[in-house]
Formats: sequence, structure tokens, C-alpha cells
Amino acid sequence: MPDNQKIILSIDNMSVRFPTLSGSVTAVRNVSFKVGREKVGIIGESGSGKSTTGRAIMQLQPPGAIVTADRMQFEDVDLLAASEQQMRNIRGSRISMILQDPKYSLNPVMTVGEQIVETVILHERVSRREARARTLAMLERVNIRNPERVYTLYPHEVSGGMGQRIMISMMLISSPSLIIADEPTSALDVTVRQQVLGILDDLVTERNIGLIFISHDLNLVRSFCDRVIIMYARRIVETIDAEKLEHATHPYTRGLLNALPSLEHPRDRLEVLKRDPLWLEN
Amino acid sequence: MTMIKVENLAVTYGHGQNALKVVRDVSFEVAKGETFGLVGESGCGKSTVLGALAGRNKTWSGSVVIDGETANPKRTKSQLAKQQMVFQDPFGSIHPRHTIGRTLLEPLEIHGLDRRQERIEEVLCDVGLPQNFRYRFPHQLSGGQRQRVAIARALILKPQILLLDEPTSALDVSIQAEILNLLKDAHEREHLTYVLVSHDMAVIAHLCDRIMVMQNGLFVEVTTRSNLLQGGVVHPYTKTLLDGSRGYVATKLQRELTIG
Repeated sequence: MPDNQKIILSIDNMSVRFPTLSGSVTAVRNVSFKVGREKVGIIGESGSGKSTTGRAIMQLQPPGAIVTADRMQFEDVDLLAASEQQMRNIRGSRISMILQDPKYSLNPVMTVGEQIVETVILHERVSRREARARTLAMLERVNIRNPERVYTLYPHEVSGGMGQRIMISMMLISSPSLIIADEPTSALDVTVRQQVLGILDDLVTERNIGLIFISHDLNLVRSFCDRVIIMYARRIVETIDAEKLEHATHPYTRGLLNALPSLEHPRDRLEVLKRDPLWLEN
Repeated sequence: MTMIKVENLAVTYGHGQNALKVVRDVSFEVAKGETFGLVGESGCGKSTVLGALAGRNKTWSGSVVIDGETANPKRTKSQLAKQQMVFQDPFGSIHPRHTIGRTLLEPLEIHGLDRRQERIEEVLCDVGLPQNFRYRFPHQLSGGQRQRVAIARALILKPQILLLDEPTSALDVSIQAEILNLLKDAHEREHLTYVLVSHDMAVIAHLCDRIMVMQNGLFVEVTTRSNLLQGGVVHPYTKTLLDGSRGYVATKLQRELTIG
């Protein structure tokens, strides 16, 4: 629990609804959590509402979606009351988001360097020359060996791992206090994944910022994050310290753990998750 | 008995200056009834090996002997029916505008098999799908159900070899367990030979008896399941893959060394 640490984000009773022709669909239901200067993982299967939660914090939900909450406080800003103008100043400079696939989240017709420079200039009024210098330094910080060369490349010319490192550098250059990483490594290979996570881990620790790590990979979240929030069918079923995940009590979490093929405890047959309709009730 | 025997398999894509050797000189044998795993990162050539075995890829050189019969790049229908493939993405591998029944009918028509309706009923039952799914379209099915259809389509020709290209990597953990169990059951029931491609060491270790690790178009290590579980692997690349499957390990040194 983020007790004595400073709480960066606190969400109380948030719901996200999408109105459709056949009535409104609830994508996230009564979700409450707090994030301090720590790494919080959100696990859930597809459709459990984990990405929608991340987007709702950034107020990046698709038009028409209705976000309701008792409280959504980010540092000194009330996200519920913030105007689009205010949100635009927060996004990218105080809360950043890293998305799953760098191929789709970088601008394909701009060089990598220009995109990062744009971010710097937009959020901090600095000269182009200084922005360029900071971009190069930041690229170097995410372990890109030849920043001058990478600066001039287009997104299609870099590998997936490199692209994700570029995304990280772009998201961190304005020194945000909260990062939301939505499946940042799902599109990457195991070997590259380690490097990207390592960089993310270093930067989060070094700058002492909060990280919300959205993923479906139980092993990854368990080993990377401090705390884990488990979502099932649009709500939070359990919040637990990452190292205590083995002793999780909720049947869904237990079922997930048992369904995972494990290198440590090989089993002949995997347990199949039996979904209990009761989980939907409370 | 040897089911698949591959010697000096090499696959090149492109011509002249653009020629790219994806698989360089690979040899292995798979016994009948064995589950053989291929691991490696994307681009190492593991799917290409599978493609050459399946007869999808026709630009390979070397020798491939399947069930005692030499397979040429161009194959006969009966040779093609011997091995069937299941693909990674259940959303892309099934025709979106064909019903499940029609999707399952197609291989039967191509290979001119009889008792078509009964075969479809049997195979749906085998993969644990209700009979009325025949009249559904793929978009009315979940990812796990679609992957069951893909497995059914492969099983309907009664193949001896099933080639599985990352069959569970697009699925959730809970669904992955169901599919892995289904594959294990089918393996025991039909006495199939499996060649499984994956990047997830845990999945490979769960299903496979023997595991081959691939890097840059070459095999770097061959190991058994028990050896893998006990951590008796030798090659540093295998160890990296193994650590990667366990989750995140904070090792600064390794990071500095491997970044390119």
C-alpha cells in the first residue's frame, strides 16, 4: 500500500460507460485505486477493462464514452473537472502513456528525432537547438548507441525494441510524474523485452515517479511491479503486493495462477479456469 | 520410428543481391508420436522451417523425408494431407465470410473424402465445440473458440503430423490453458506427431519432449524437457530465453551488454 509515500493519483469509484443503440455498455465498473511513487501492475484478460481504465485517467476515451467517478485526483488537478485545455497541458508533460506497438503509435511521416523535439518544444518553451540536444541525450539515456543516426530515422526503419525505447524516451523527456504503460512489451521478443523493461525500471526508480503497468502477462507483472491490481469482468477483484501473489485469495487470481504453464512446477494437465457467476456480483 | 527427417535444410528468400538466407543448414529428426519444440525470437527462421515442412514454402533446398517418403518442394495431395498446420492468429486464419461448417468442409472437398457431414460432426465433438457452431460465422466466436476451429480444420484430414505455429500466443492465459489441454488430449488420442513453434519457454516445456533452440537460422542447442526444467541448458542464448519466460530479472550488466 502506498501509505507514507506521496499519492500521485487517486481514483474513487470510477465507471466508464459506452452508450450504444441497444442501451449503455459498462466497460469499467466502480474501480477505486491509488498510485504512489511505485510500480503498479493491472492484470486482466482481454475485455476486462484494464486499457479503458488507463485511457480514462488520461481522459482519452473515445467520444461518447461517459466517465463517472466520485473522485479522480492527480496531484493538484481534479481530472473530472479539468477542461480539455487543461488536460492537453497535462497529457504528455505530467502523465505520459506508452502504448503497445511503436509501429502504430509513432508518426510514420516524421523522423524519430523531430517527433521527440516536437514534444519538448510543445511542453517547455525551449529553443530548437536545446530541444535537439535534450533529445539526443534522452535517446542515449535509453541505451541507443548511436543517437545521431537514430535521430534521422523514420519509424519504419527501426526495430520493434528500438521503437519502444524511442517511445519511452519521448514519454519521459518532459519528466512526467506518472506513466501509464499499456502492454508496452507485448509486441516484443523475450530477449528485447528484458532490455526495454530494464530501461523503464531504471528511469522510474531514478526519477522517483509512478508507473501504471497494464499487462496480461502474470509472470511479467509479478516480477516487475510492486503492487498488482487484478481486474475481472470490468471491476477490480483483488489488489495485492506482487511478492504475495502466490497467496492470492480470490478464486479468479488463483485460477489464473494455476492455468499458467510453469517452468518451476511442471504439471501434466493445466487447470482450466472455471468462471463463477458470483464473481460478477460483488 | 522416424516420422520426419530433415537434412541440411536451407531456405532463401529473394534473388540476387536481395537474397536472404533465413534458414541455414538445419538437420533434425522427429520420432513418431513425439512432440518436438522449436524456440527462438522472431525472425530466427522457426516459422520458415515449419513452412518448408508443411509444403507452403517451395524455395528450400536439402532433403525432407516424411513418414519414409521423400518430400519434394512440390507435393502430391496425399503428401500434403499428412501434415496439417495451425496458425498463430485465430482472427486471421479463418475465412470471415464462410460459416464454420463450410470452413471445415473445404479440406474434405479438396482431398475428396467421403462421409463429409459425419466427419465434421466428429471433429467438432473432438475439439469440444457444440454441433450448432457449424452454422456460425467466425465473428460470432471468441478467440479460443476460433482456435478450436483452426485445430478442428487441421484434424479433420486425419493427419499424422500437426504443425503448430504459436498456437496460443494470441490467447489469454485462461484460454491458453484450455487449448494446451486440448492439444495434449488430441496428441494422446490420435497418436499424432507434433512440431510446435513458440517463443514461450513455459509453453514449450509444458508440451514438448525435445526442444530445439534456434538463432539466426541455425540450431544452437537441442535439449530435452527434463533437462530444460532442471536448468541443464548450456547455451547462453537458451538461458536468456529461459530467464525471459520467467518474467523480469533486474540485471543491469546484461542490459548494457546486449543492447544494439
